[in-house]
Amino acid sequence: MMPNFPFLKNKKAEDKSEVFVPSRRDFLKLSSLATGGFLLGVNFQCAGPKGETITFAPNVFVSITSDNEVIIVAHRSEMGTGIRTTLPQIVADELGADWSKVKIVQAIGDEEKYGNQNTDGSFSVRMFYEPMRKTGATARHMLIAAAAKKWEVSPAECHTENSQVLHSSGKKIDFGDLVAEVKDMPLPDPESITLKEFSSYKLIGKDVAIYDARDIAAGKAVFGADVNLPGMQVAVVRRSPVIGAKVISFNDTKALAVPGVNRVVKIEGAGIPPGLDKPLEGVAVIADNTWAAMKGREALEIEWDLGPNQTYNSAKQLEEMLQSTAKDGKVRRERGNFLAAQRAAGKVLERTYLAPFYAHATIEPPAAIAHYQGDGICEIWAPTQHPQWARQAVATALDLDLDKVKMNITLLGGGFGRKSKPDFVVEAAILSKAAKSPVRVQWTREDDLHFDFFHSHSAQRIKATIDKDGNFTGWNHHTVFPAIGATGSTTELHPSDGELGLGCTDFPYDVPNIKIETHESTAHTRIGWLRSVSNIHHAFAIGCMMDEIAEARGIDPVKHALQMLGEDRNLEFKPETDGKYENYGEPIETFPWNTGRMKKVIERVAKEANWDQKLAEGKAVGFAAHKSFLTYVACIVVVEKDGSGKISIPEVFYAVDCGIGVNTDRIRSQFEGGAQFATSLATTSAITFENGIPQQKNFDGYQIIRMPQSPKKIHVHIIESMEKPTGVGEPPVPPFIPALCNAMYKLTGERIYQLPFKA
Amino acid sequence: MEKFSISVNGKKQEVTADPDMPLLWVLRDLLSMKGTKFGCGQALCGACTVHLDDEAIRSCSTPISTIGSKKVTTIEGLDKEGHHPLQDAWVEHIVPQCGYCQTGQIMNAAALLKKNISPTVAEIEEAMAGNLCRCGTYNRIKEAIITASEALYLKHQSI
Ligand code: FES
Ligand code: FES
Repeated sequence: MMPNFPFLKNKKAEDKSEVFVPSRRDFLKLSSLATGGFLLGVNFQCAGPKGETITFAPNVFVSITSDNEVIIVAHRSEMGTGIRTTLPQIVADELGADWSKVKIVQAIGDEEKYGNQNTDGSFSVRMFYEPMRKTGATARHMLIAAAAKKWEVSPAECHTENSQVLHSSGKKIDFGDLVAEVKDMPLPDPESITLKEFSSYKLIGKDVAIYDARDIAAGKAVFGADVNLPGMQVAVVRRSPVIGAKVISFNDTKALAVPGVNRVVKIEGAGIPPGLDKPLEGVAVIADNTWAAMKGREALEIEWDLGPNQTYNSAKQLEEMLQSTAKDGKVRRERGNFLAAQRAAGKVLERTYLAPFYAHATIEPPAAIAHYQGDGICEIWAPTQHPQWARQAVATALDLDLDKVKMNITLLGGGFGRKSKPDFVVEAAILSKAAKSPVRVQWTREDDLHFDFFHSHSAQRIKATIDKDGNFTGWNHHTVFPAIGATGSTTELHPSDGELGLGCTDFPYDVPNIKIETHESTAHTRIGWLRSVSNIHHAFAIGCMMDEIAEARGIDPVKHALQMLGEDRNLEFKPETDGKYENYGEPIETFPWNTGRMKKVIERVAKEANWDQKLAEGKAVGFAAHKSFLTYVACIVVVEKDGSGKISIPEVFYAVDCGIGVNTDRIRSQFEGGAQFATSLATTSAITFENGIPQQKNFDGYQIIRMPQSPKKIHVHIIESMEKPTGVGEPPVPPFIPALCNAMYKLTGERIYQLPFKA
Repeated sequence: MEKFSISVNGKKQEVTADPDMPLLWVLRDLLSMKGTKFGCGQALCGACTVHLDDEAIRSCSTPISTIGSKKVTTIEGLDKEGHHPLQDAWVEHIVPQCGYCQTGQIMNAAALLKKNISPTVAEIEEAMAGNLCRCGTYNRIKEAIITASEALYLKHQSI
């Protein structure tokens, strides 16, 4: 099964988010779910000395106890973006809760109850800003109604603050003291719910510290491998060294002789194609502890049928891909007549760009815990970005009904797209069933780098034409990379429309002749999506090429971008892509591509970075702008060479328009981290394959930047906006890479055409 | 398998383990202390950093048999209340993103400040180079270390 790209907000997701749009029927449905659900019974009721604690839960996301405790459910996975804080922060603000005392609990994976939980594609805030406000506002209305009735005053004279209802006379009452009255009150008509004025928000639009900061610093935060169950065993797996390899036979005598090793179990793999949600073929060693399992694995003897991928060499494929871009490809977008523009051109620039495979390399390697109980119930604890997919994949693998799988979500020690794939969760479930005990499956770093769902390597060729008067008249972009879809289907040979809509077919510049073409390539490993997906390589090529075109035309690159964006207007891509532009799963009428907003971020970043200043000797600046995941970003990178020739990045400037900024501190932190992440992609990281096997085994081979090489000052300027909010997890990455490359060119005089380059 | 008696956060712990078992797995699997993290197993990422006496070490690459009478301190024992100046500074600067690398970062920084109460930025960068953060929190880590170093310095002055 190939889901339509989970990093794009898909149709199903849209349907589900409707659940929270206030139609009376839906609210009632939610309410009845809540009263029967885990919110009430298990987690929050405790009998205090004052008697029984009772709870008011107008919907599944918020509940208030008679002890005046406000509990908000976080239903999206926390992998470092701060979403576990940001969405509850919205509810709390509308409710008027005392934020310092709000308790946040993590939802289990349950789509029926919570709607879409796929934490991917930078869409959590985009999708849930409105529903979360309504959730908080509904509870506020009910509490105010109860207080007003008690005081015999008009609700209009009351407001909420610090988990209290206040009357204009100065009277106040704790939320908790209203719970008895409000508990059985019918839900108000959604039409009657008014949201607060933006200017009155105390949390939305502010720097709010993440809920888990103290626990993380104390070492108390619970990540995937930290859950401990009585009688739990630990498994490590020797997986097929080459994708598609099959076990012919294995000898576990020596493995079983290792003290602490209890059992060896074969896992049936999917073969070719490997699939996005299936485990790889392998042999698992199950032991008392991680070390014994690792020692046992070393002692395994396995004979493999390596299959067709054993001769795969990525450098060779990349060269072939590059050659293919010189030919005519499959046309994916067309405007005007590029060939005519080429014939009439005074100058044609033709450049090629190569980028490697990248691994996600979250510092937490995949790990998951499963407890298969005899009665056909399987309970899971996992750091997954996509609880529902993981739940479904476990149910399928064990042939269980979905409701027999309980999916608990831990914190994720990084995700970046890797942990949306549930293969490792399924492994845990299979092994727990085989071992008849709770099992933690533990991946090592070597496993993680060997068996990732990699960001695809890519080859691109861009031709740009400039006519005799110096006008930029034609753009011909060829792109080729093994597609994500190929992981699920061997017939997927071209990048999908979804992947092209990520920074390629949405080329926004006002060039009269455009032709975008793709070429075939096959996947010999598992391809997945990495923070910003194909925007990474597309922005690299386009951002570098635009810099060269500006130079060829004798125009400053910032002025050039502004000029080429043209008039302030909304762009359309569907007419030129045969209707296939996806706009990140959103209707383009609701989330338009507006050149004016793009120009604004460019102007802002140029101003903040003092772009026109003459830089001191040994320094240079580079610029690029790129919209992704509906968020507009412009970036300027400063590079510097010291006396010894060492290059560093002393400063980075970002301007971002993500609509309403909900948690401004977490927006900044995503950009700070995004710059660091992109520095690794640009300068240190690459996975290469020989004989079908990745050559980088650990952080010595697959390098990510360390503190000394990291960009130093990262300035993030958030455009004040009342537009609909859009995500910020991925958008910082794409423009940084070309901005850095363009700065390097100014510093060294050499253009960069291949990643990673040595800084 | 052998019996070992080690001191962890001031407490004697008896464990039976393979002499080669890294301290990391002794802590996590045998003693159920989950604050020390596994990132690479090869002394390349720093997620597993603990103190052996006053030195920051990578517990993933330190066999239990080499501990002897040296005192092990983990994140759980850095400060009883979890309010070491570094932990407070970490919260103040909202350093963590995913948080996974952070206990190792804090333990490494704590060892640095024990030796050098007012490190320069260059000294911080050098000392912290062994601790990876994939989320890219390096700049806030630096700021938090400076804040903590100032707090420690003031405390030191007032004594
Ligand atoms: S786990 Fe020990 S240094 Fe990475
Ligand atoms: S905070 Fe995620 S790895 Fe450092």
